[in-house]
Amino acid sequence: MAADPIHQFELKPLLRLGHIGNTEIVFTNASLFMIGAVAVIAMLMLLATQSRSLVPGRLQSLAEMCYEFVASTVRSSAGEDGMRFFPFVFSLFMFVLILNLFGIIPYGFTVTSHIIITFALAALVILTVIIYGLVNHGLGFFRLFVPSGVPVYLLPLVTFIEVISFVSRPISLSVRLFANMLAGHIALKIFAGFVATLLAAGFWSVLSPLPLALTVALTALEVLVAVLQAYVFATLTAIYLNDAIHPGH
Amino acid sequence: MDPVAAKFIGAGLACLGMGGAGIGVGVIFANYLAGALRNPSAADGQFARLIFGFAVTEALGIFSLLVALLLLFVV
Repeated sequence: MAADPIHQFELKPLLRLGHIGNTEIVFTNASLFMIGAVAVIAMLMLLATQSRSLVPGRLQSLAEMCYEFVASTVRSSAGEDGMRFFPFVFSLFMFVLILNLFGIIPYGFTVTSHIIITFALAALVILTVIIYGLVNHGLGFFRLFVPSGVPVYLLPLVTFIEVISFVSRPISLSVRLFANMLAGHIALKIFAGFVATLLAAGFWSVLSPLPLALTVALTALEVLVAVLQAYVFATLTAIYLNDAIHPGH
Repeated sequence: MDPVAAKFIGAGLACLGMGGAGIGVGVIFANYLAGALRNPSAADGQFARLIFGFAVTEALGIFSLLVALLLLFVV
């Protein structure tokens, strides 16, 4: 069972809280890691901003770098008006980043490799876009689907494509994060399995350091992917929010 | 044909679509790098657009992965 690459994603119930209807409410390892991520982010931000010195220390400059990074992303994608959504994008970015990085820790659990978690986050983003757009612009929000400057005979086709692209956004946003984390961790597990297989192969066990080195290199790549996917999630959130703030291309 | 075998063959065929996404992502990064080497001072300002193009292209590859996963675990 230890060689099964899917085994690492198994949800383990830690605390059974009872039932609502036929649905069992269970506190699982995923819930534990999510609470852990929120605790880590809160501690990081609270400790970093405690001294508020003019020349930042190590922790404070880490927090300032995270802030500036997300702030410049939101500003460049959604403009100054988009900064009202900065707390939302920053929370999403830090949550996804810390959960991804938790997954890299050996024996850790990758919460973002579960489609229901990423889909809930993506649905939150898209519902925010739709509700904010409809409340602020009314029916003008639907100009989003009708780009200006397109010849009339092409307009039905372009509008159709725009609608398809809008509808596929929550799917692509959630599946991108989920598939990247799932595939990366399965690849790590399979290459780690090669080490064990080669060690048991008699003379050929001299080759076993090769997949071990590859596993180390893949872990480094996974750290890159973890940060990049959190960045992509935050950037796309800012770009989608831009559609709600400024509909009509 | 055995339906289970057909399912696995279909899942394998669906993964071929990722090759197209691979070509697309390669084209995007190759062109970004070519442009960045010609005008390095403009490169940093286009990084967000690079990531956006990468994400949109990658989404199509992810849809083929989604088809493969649906065939394996849902159908």
